[in-house]
Amino acid sequence: MGRTLFDRIWDAHVVRELGAGWSLLHVDRHLLHDLSGGPALAELAGRGLPVHDPALVAATPDHAVSSRPGRDGTTYVPGGKLWAALRDRSAAAGVRLYDVGQPGQGIVHVMGPELGIVLPGLTVVCGDSHTCTNGGVGALAFGVGSSESTHALATQTLRLQRPKTMRIRCDGVLGAGVTAKDLALHIIGRLGAAAGTGYAIEYAGSAVQALEVEARLTLCNLTVELGARFGMVAPDEKTIAWLRGRPQAPQGDAFEKAAAHWRTLQSDADTVFDREETIDAGAVVPTMTWGTSPEHAIAVDARIPDPASAASADDRDAWTAALAYMGLEGGAPLAGTPVDWVFIGSCTNSRLSDLRAAAAIARGRHVAPNVTAWVVPGSENVKRAAEAEGLHTVFENAGFAWREPGCSMCVAANGEQVPPKARCVSTSNRNFVGRQGPQARTHLASPAMAVAAAVTGRITDVRTLVATS
Amino acid sequence: MSMQPFTAVNGRAAPFLRANVDTDVIIRIERLTSLQKDQLGPFALEAVRFRADGSEDPDCVFNQPTFRGAPFVLAGPNFGCGSSREGAVWALQGLGIRSVIAPSYGDIFYSNCFQNGVLPIRLPLAQIEALAAQCADGAPITVDLEKKTIVAPDGTSIAFAIDPLRREALLHGLDDIGLTLKDDALIRAWQAKDRSARPWAWPAPRT
Repeated sequence: MGRTLFDRIWDAHVVRELGAGWSLLHVDRHLLHDLSGGPALAELAGRGLPVHDPALVAATPDHAVSSRPGRDGTTYVPGGKLWAALRDRSAAAGVRLYDVGQPGQGIVHVMGPELGIVLPGLTVVCGDSHTCTNGGVGALAFGVGSSESTHALATQTLRLQRPKTMRIRCDGVLGAGVTAKDLALHIIGRLGAAAGTGYAIEYAGSAVQALEVEARLTLCNLTVELGARFGMVAPDEKTIAWLRGRPQAPQGDAFEKAAAHWRTLQSDADTVFDREETIDAGAVVPTMTWGTSPEHAIAVDARIPDPASAASADDRDAWTAALAYMGLEGGAPLAGTPVDWVFIGSCTNSRLSDLRAAAAIARGRHVAPNVTAWVVPGSENVKRAAEAEGLHTVFENAGFAWREPGCSMCVAANGEQVPPKARCVSTSNRNFVGRQGPQARTHLASPAMAVAAAVTGRITDVRTLVATS
Repeated sequence: MSMQPFTAVNGRAAPFLRANVDTDVIIRIERLTSLQKDQLGPFALEAVRFRADGSEDPDCVFNQPTFRGAPFVLAGPNFGCGSSREGAVWALQGLGIRSVIAPSYGDIFYSNCFQNGVLPIRLPLAQIEALAAQCADGAPITVDLEKKTIVAPDGTSIAFAIDPLRREALLHGLDDIGLTLKDDALIRAWQAKDRSARPWAWPAPRT
C-alpha cells in the first residue's frame, strides 16, 4: 500500500519512535509572533535553556500591533510590551526578527511562505492555530500551544502522536465569483466544525489543482475551523514557480535540487486514507456564515436556518443561541441583511491576489453610508506591491481605509474591534462569540463578497454586481 | 514549567453541554495581552458567566452555588476548538477545573491540557448526559486516572480510554523538555544527516 503526502513528510522527520504511535519529530521551521513568541522565549530563558537552532526560527509582530497608518510597535499601548519583548528576546536568542515597518513583517502565515521561509516538505510550527495555512505550499505545518512552542525552541523537536489521514477531493470547476474561501466555508458547512478532529487533511482533486498557490493557502487556512490541526495540498509546478526567487528559499542550483524533491511529494495512487470525502466544486456558490461557528455556513442566496426545523435538540438550542447573538431570525433570507462594518484582511484573505479581487469589485463603486470598511494588507511586502499597482488608490477612492499590515480586527487583540452588536462582513476565519470584540456580529466571506457588502450596505451576492458591471 | 500531577480527584461536575465551545469564549484574547497566566481565572468563560453590564449571570451554571469551584466540567462536542491559546487551559485551571469530560476536543486544546496537568476525558455524549443528570444536585464524582475510571454518584464505575504515554506523564507530572533533551545526541545526529540529504532545507548563513 502506498503512502500519503502526509506520511512521506512525517516519516522523513522522525528522530526517534517513542512507542504507542508517538514520534519525536524534527521541526524544520519555527515561527514566532508577538502574542505567543515572546512568552515562549521568556519561558525558555527562565529555565536557563538556549534556543536549540536559532537559524531555524523567525519572528514577526502581528497580533497585538496597531494597523493604524503611521503606527509603530507601541501605538497600541498594551501590545507595546509584547512587541518589545519579542524584539529584545529575539535579539538575545539570535532569532531573526522582521519588525514593524520592515520588508518581511506581516501576519506570520502570510510572511512565512512569502519570504520562502516555509517550503514544501518542511515541518513548520508556530504558536498559532492557523499555522495549517502553510500546508498550501505542501509543508507539514501545524499550530501548537505555548508549552509545545517552548519545547520546540529548546529541542527543535516535538513529541507527537500520529494523526489519522483524511482526503477531501474537490472535483469540478468553481463558478464565476466563487473562490477558495467559498469552497472552504462550503466544506465546513457540509462536514461540520469537528469533522477533522484527530486528522491530517489533504485537499486534492481538479478544483484544488486549479487553484493558484495563494488560494491554496486560503483553503488550508480554514482547516483548523474544520477541527484538524494539519491541512495540505501537494506541491506542483505552480508551487515551484511561486517559490522561485523568494529571498529565504534556496537559490540557483540548490533551488532546482529542492524542486526535484518537491515533485516527489505526492500521495501514491493506491494510498488508502482513513477517511475520504468528496465535494462537487461546480455546485459551490458564494458562501457566508450566519451564526457563531464556522459550520454555520450557507449559500448567500439561501435562507437562515430555522431552529424549528433542526434535526436535534442540541442543534435547535445552538441555532437559537447563535441567532439571538447575531440578531437574526431563522427562516429569513441572509442576503439583504444590513451591515455596519467590513473587514478585508487576516491570514485567510490578505494576500495580493485577495486585494486584487477586492479592488476589482471596489473599482468605480463607493462604500455605502453608515458602513465603515477597512483593508488591512497581510504583510509589508503585500502592502508595497499593492501600492505599486495603485490598489490603495482604488480602495481609498471607494471609501475604504487603507491600513498597515497585521492581524487587526480578525483577532481584536490590538485595540481594533467591531463595536458591540455591530454587524461585520469579514474575510477572516472565525465568527466566534466575541471574536471581533464583545458582542460583535461576524459574517465570514470572501474578499469579493466583503466588498459587495461594503458598497451595497447589505449582505449581497457578488455575482449580482459582476453581472451588471 | 512545573506540571501538577493528576492521580485521583473527587468533586462536583458542572454540566455545560453546548457544542463547539471555542477557546475565544474560554478566554478573551485581550486578557492574554495584559494578564499573567495565574490571573486568568476570574476571566474564564466571561461571555458565558457575565452579563453585558459586567454583573454575574446567576443562571450560568458556573455561578450557581452548587457548581462554583467544581473541579469537573461535563462538556459538549468539540470543546476547546479554535485558537491554540494555552491561556484557555490556564483560565479553566484558574476557575478550579482539573478535568474536562467531553465527547471530543479541539486537537490543540487537547494537547495543551496535558501540558498543564488538566485531564481531558473522552466519553460518548449519552454517557455524559447520564452523568449530568446524576450530578445535577451537586453530587460528587471521582475521576481516577490510575484506574482509568469515573465513579458516578450512584456508585457505578465508568471506564475511559486514554493514551498510555499521556497517562504516564500526567500521573507523574513528567516534564517533556527534560525527557527530550536526553535524546539530544540523537537530534543532532538526525540534523547532521539531514543537512547532507536536504541541504536546501537548511537556511543559508545570514549575511
